[in-house]
Amino acid sequence: MNIQPVVFYVFAAVLVFAALRVISSSNPVHPALWLVLSFFSAAGIWLLLQAQFLAIALVLVYVGAVMVLFLFVVMMLDVNFAKMREQFKSYIPVGATVGILILVEMTLVLLGGYFAPATGTAPAAAAAGYSNTRALGLLLYTDYAYPFEIAAVILLVAIIAAIALTHRAPRTSKRQDPAAQVKVRRGDRLRVLDMPAEKNEG
Amino acid sequence: MDLSFIWQPTLTHYLVLGAILFAISVIGIFLNRRNVILMLMAIELMLLAVNLNFIAFSHYLNDPAGQVFVFFILTVAAAESAIGLAILVLLFRTVRSIDVEDLATLKH
Repeated sequence: MNIQPVVFYVFAAVLVFAALRVISSSNPVHPALWLVLSFFSAAGIWLLLQAQFLAIALVLVYVGAVMVLFLFVVMMLDVNFAKMREQFKSYIPVGATVGILILVEMTLVLLGGYFAPATGTAPAAAAAGYSNTRALGLLLYTDYAYPFEIAAVILLVAIIAAIALTHRAPRTSKRQDPAAQVKVRRGDRLRVLDMPAEKNEG
Repeated sequence: MDLSFIWQPTLTHYLVLGAILFAISVIGIFLNRRNVILMLMAIELMLLAVNLNFIAFSHYLNDPAGQVFVFFILTVAAAESAIGLAILVLLFRTVRSIDVEDLATLKH
């Protein structure tokens, strides 16, 4: 018996359930943890699709770095989630309408068999010795070398932007503050002393 | 009659799963439209749905280029969430709140 459908449906069910919990939790930390679970299930589904490198990258980069960042921020900020959920119920009708419309439209397109004739059957299993990482690396460093470098620059920009936005160490370097220079009044700089020119005698 | 084509996962199954995930995150943005953190998380879920589609197509069309694009999307998404959370922290320092309703100061 083929185990693949079972694995797919289990991971898909966990993924959808975790995604639903992400958007409906009332606790500040729980959505981040449910998001971690949904990333894990998505990584499982990617393994089924033989994208091993990206599945591991998703777990390491997303669960390991991005979600930890999310958890840091959620725990650092003293956010009142309950207050922001006051009107939660009043948004349900419009949200559900839009979401279900999107889902129905997409499903109608997909179930029409539009993609079925060409791609309905799964490709044959990869030959022995095939390495997904190697194939990806061969593409990435040849055909996609330029986009790869742009991605590196984007990451650099993100680092600099994140540090520049949140950094607030005391500034020790001497620098001009034009606003303070414009605002200065005579009294701040100059003190006129009323002093007799010579000693008053008599 | 062989009904295994319904049960056996095909490209359509993966694409429908991606569509469900995308719809859930759109609903999430509507439901939590006052909470910036949850909106960022919903955006992450959307990107995950998009990546799932890319990888499904890459597998069924036998073309690894789709996976290269997922790689780039992951890069941009990581940059986006890093900058987004930095802005969020800055925002909280300034207004002591991340409620979208409290940010409408330009309106008045």
